[in-house]
Amino acid sequence: MTETIATTDASPMGRPLRRKEDARLLHGQTNWTENIQLPGTLHMAILRSPMAHAKITHLDISAALERPHVVAAFSAKELGDLNGSVPCVWPVTDDIQMPAFPALAVDKVVHVGDCVAVVLATDKYAAADALDAIEVDYEPLPAVVDMEAAIQPGSPSVHDAADGSHGTNVCYTFPLQPQGPGAYEAAVAAAGDNAVVVKRRFINQRIIAGAMEPRAVVASPMGMSNEMTIWSATQIPHILRVLLALVTGLPENSLRVIAPDVGGGFGGKLQIYREEILAVQIARKLGRPVKWVETRSEDMVATHHGRDQIQQIEIAATKDGKFIGLKVEILANMGAYLQIITPGTPLLGMFMYPGIYKMDVYDFNCIGVFTNTTPTDAVRGAGRPEATFAIERIVDELAVELNMDPMALRKMNWITHEEFPYTTSAGLTYDTGNYEAATAKALDLFGYDALRAEQEQRRASGDPVQLGIGISTFTEMCGLAPSRTLGALKYVAGGWEHCTIRALPTGKIELITGTSPHGQGHETAWSQIASSILGVPVDDIEVVHGDTGRAPYGMDTYGSRSLAVGGQAIKKAAERLVEKARIIAAHQLECSGDDLEFVQGEFRVKGDPAKSQPLAAVAFEAFSAHNLPDGVEPTLQAEATVDPDDFSYPHGTHLCAIEVDTETGKATIRTYVAVDDVGVQVNPLIVEGQVHGGVACGIAQALYESVEYDKDGNLLTASLADYLIPSAVDLPSFTTDRTVTPSTTNSLGTKGVGEAGAIASPPAVINAVVDALRHLGVNDVRMPASPENVWRAIQVAQGGAK
Amino acid sequence: MTHIPINVTVDGIEYDVEVEPRRLLVHFLREDIGRVGTVVGCDTSNCGACTVLLDGQSVKSCSILAVQADGHTVLTVQGLAEGEHNWHPVQTAFKECHGLQCGYCTPGMVMATVDLLGENPNPTEIEIREGLEGNLCRCTGYHNIVKSVQYAAELMGGTK
Repeated sequence: MTETIATTDASPMGRPLRRKEDARLLHGQTNWTENIQLPGTLHMAILRSPMAHAKITHLDISAALERPHVVAAFSAKELGDLNGSVPCVWPVTDDIQMPAFPALAVDKVVHVGDCVAVVLATDKYAAADALDAIEVDYEPLPAVVDMEAAIQPGSPSVHDAADGSHGTNVCYTFPLQPQGPGAYEAAVAAAGDNAVVVKRRFINQRIIAGAMEPRAVVASPMGMSNEMTIWSATQIPHILRVLLALVTGLPENSLRVIAPDVGGGFGGKLQIYREEILAVQIARKLGRPVKWVETRSEDMVATHHGRDQIQQIEIAATKDGKFIGLKVEILANMGAYLQIITPGTPLLGMFMYPGIYKMDVYDFNCIGVFTNTTPTDAVRGAGRPEATFAIERIVDELAVELNMDPMALRKMNWITHEEFPYTTSAGLTYDTGNYEAATAKALDLFGYDALRAEQEQRRASGDPVQLGIGISTFTEMCGLAPSRTLGALKYVAGGWEHCTIRALPTGKIELITGTSPHGQGHETAWSQIASSILGVPVDDIEVVHGDTGRAPYGMDTYGSRSLAVGGQAIKKAAERLVEKARIIAAHQLECSGDDLEFVQGEFRVKGDPAKSQPLAAVAFEAFSAHNLPDGVEPTLQAEATVDPDDFSYPHGTHLCAIEVDTETGKATIRTYVAVDDVGVQVNPLIVEGQVHGGVACGIAQALYESVEYDKDGNLLTASLADYLIPSAVDLPSFTTDRTVTPSTTNSLGTKGVGEAGAIASPPAVINAVVDALRHLGVNDVRMPASPENVWRAIQVAQGGAK
Repeated sequence: MTHIPINVTVDGIEYDVEVEPRRLLVHFLREDIGRVGTVVGCDTSNCGACTVLLDGQSVKSCSILAVQADGHTVLTVQGLAEGEHNWHPVQTAFKECHGLQCGYCTPGMVMATVDLLGENPNPTEIEIREGLEGNLCRCTGYHNIVKSVQYAAELMGGTK
C-alpha cells in the first residue's frame, strides 16, 4: 500500500514510495488515446504499400466511397495541398540528402507499409473493409535492402536526385576526428612492433521499440474557440505541437496536444508520424473528429525501427595492454525516409565508442544509408547501445589477443575515480564516476571466481552445455541536453526543461512539468522532489503533465532526460516558490525574511518557534491578498526553465553468466548482475524498475529480437507471431544494486536511468555467449544469439556447414 | 450486416444487445458498453493485454467473438474490485511490488494472475513464468511481476 507521508518529518527523497499512478492503472480507470470517443468521429483506415519499391501507375479511390458508412477517402491527389510533409529536425551535415517525405505517397512507394490512401468511415470495421475497394496498380522497381550493396555504384536508388536523375543512397557522411585526420594511424605507427591491433565487424541488428500500447491519434476541430485538439499516444506533446503547426500551417496557438495515459514509448513514440499529420489535416478539411488507432501489424511496418548498423571497429593497444586508440566506421541504416531525428540517432553514439577508457586517439566515421525499409529512429538508448556493444565486445576480443583476463584489461585502462572530471578522446568531459566501486560490488554479487572455476570444469569434462561469463563496464551520455551543444550538432531545438509550481489556496500543490511520462512514475517521483523542498505531503501534490493546454512549456520525455533535466527545474521552481512565500510570511509574522527558517513546510521565527506560519497559510494570504507587503503580487507560484550544464553520465558494471548448449545452440542466462550508478536516487523502487526493463530490452536484442527483411524488402517479422518479444519464460530474475556517485553538474546530483540497462546489457550477454564457445574457436556470435545463430557460429568455427 | 442478439453479463451488469457476428469481444467491451479498462495490444493473440475472465477462466478477448460470450459472464479488471478503496489482493500485490510501469499490459496481467492463482495457489517461480507466458510486458522485464504474483499468493493465503 502507499507509504503515505503522514507528517513532513522525513524528506521523501530516496524512499521507495509506492506509486501514485498505480491505483488508476490497476483498476482499469485509464485514459488511453484509444478510449476517446467523440460524437461524430470518423475512423481512419490506411491503405499501405505491399511493395518495398514501386511506381504507382494507377490509383482510384472512388469505389471505396460507395461502401457502407464511408464518408471520405483520399490519396495524395485528393488531399492536394493538405498532404503535409513529415519533418526531420536534425540535418546533421550541410550536404545531407533530405528526400521529400509526403504523408501520403506521391507517384511512388519506397517501403512496405508506405501510406498510399486513407478511408474515413463512421464505423471502424467499415473503414477497414473499404480499403479493399481502392484500386492501385504498382510497377515494381528494384528494391535495395542491404546497406553495403546500397552504397555501391550502380545500386538502385531509394530516391531520385532533386533534379530527377539517379540518386545516391548515401544520406550523409559524418566524421569525428578529435585528434585530427590520420592521428589514429600515426599513433599506431608510432607504437611500431609494440602495437597490437584487433579488428572486428559487428552487426547491431534492427529492432522495434515494442511499446505495448500501439500508437493512436484523435484530432478534433470541435474544441473551444478555434482550437484543434489532438490526443496522441506520444512521448512528445510539446514538440509535436510545434511541428504540427509548422507542417500544417495551422496557428500554433490554436493547437492543443494532449498525451493522455501513454502505454510505453521506448523511443517509438518520440516522433511526429504521418498518421498524426493526416488526422489533423483531414479533421480540418471535414470539420469532424478523426481517429486512427494502429494495429500491431501496422506498428511493425509503420512505427519507426531502431539500431541497424554495420560496424567496422579496430582497437590498438600496446602489448602489455595499454589502449592506444580506436577507429570506428559505421554504416547506419536510415530506412526509406528521414523521420524526426533519424540521421542524428547513430551520432548520439559517436562520443561513446571510447566508453570508460583512456586512450590517446579516436577516429569515427558514420555513413547514413537509405534502403527500402521502414525508417529508423530512436529506440531506447538510440546510438549508445550500438557504441557500447562495439567497445565492450572488442575489449573482450583484445583481451583474448593479449591473453589477458578481460576484467584485468578493463581495470588497466578505465578512468579511475580520482581522475574525474575527465575529458575523453572523443572530447566529452565526464563529471564523475567510480567504476572501481561498481565493479567491486558487481563481482561480489556475481561470484566471479566460482563461475570461472565451474567454466573450467565444464570445459575439461567436455560438457555439451558450456558456461560463459560476460562483462560490460559501461557508461553513457544522456539527460538530453545542453541546448548550445544541440545547436552545435545542428539539432533544430533545445534541451531545456520547465516546471511551474502553484501553491493553491486550499494548501494543495499543483506541479506542472514539461516532461511527458509514459510509465516512468513521474507523478510519484516529481512529488517526492517537490515535497522534500516544500515540506508538503507527497499526496497533496498533483503533477500535471502531457497537455500543452495545462502544461504549456516543455521538451518532453526521451533520452533519459526527465529527471536529469526536468528534476532540476522542479528544484529551482520549488526553491523560488519558497523565496516568494518567505517575503509574505515575514510580513505576516512581522519580522525580516532573514529571521525565518523554513522547516517541515512552515516558516519559523528563529529563536521563537512559537511564531510560525505554514506554507498553506501563506498560500491563502497570497490568494486573498488582503495584507500583502508592498510590491508583492497576489498568488503564490513560481516557475523555472533549466538548461542543463552538461549531459549526464550514468555508468555501471553488468555481469552475465550464460549456459550454452553446444549441440542445440540454445543460450540460457543463469545469472545476471547489474550494478548501476545513476547518482542520487529519488525513488529507488522506480530506479530498480527502470533497470529491470532496460536490461530486459537489451537481453531481448542480444538473444531474441531482430527485424528481418527478404531481399525484395518484404518484412518477414510483420507481427508479434513472427517477432519475438520475450515473455516471462524467456527472461531470468535479475540481481540489481547501485553505487551512488552524485553528478557534480546536476543540482540534484542525479543522472539518467531509463536507457542504462538497454545500453549495458547486449555486450554482457554476447560476451558471455562467445566466452562459452571460445575454446571451440568461436570469436563472434551474431545478435540475436538465437539457437540457429549460435549453432551456425559453432559450425563455422569448426569448419562445418555455414 | 445482420446483427445477432446476445445476453452477456459484464462486471455484474447484464446486457441484452445485438452485435455483428464478427464483432470481437474486446471491441464489444470497449466500444459498445464502454468498459475501456481492457485494452488491445496486438492482432495475433500474442500479447494478452486484453485478457478477461469468461465464466472464471482467462481468455484473450481479442480472440473470441462477442456472440461466443452469449449466455456467459465476463469479468474485466474494472469489475475485479469496484469502488474507490476496494483492492483485489492481486492489485495490491502489483502495486506493492512495483509490478507495473506504463500499465498497458496490466489489465491482462492482473486477470491472468487471478486465473493462475485460482488454479495454483502456490506457484513456483517457473510456474508463474510459464503461467504468464501469454502476457507480454515491455516495461518491467517481468522481474517485479513475478514478485507481485508471489506476494499475491501470500496475501491470498498461499503458503510459499
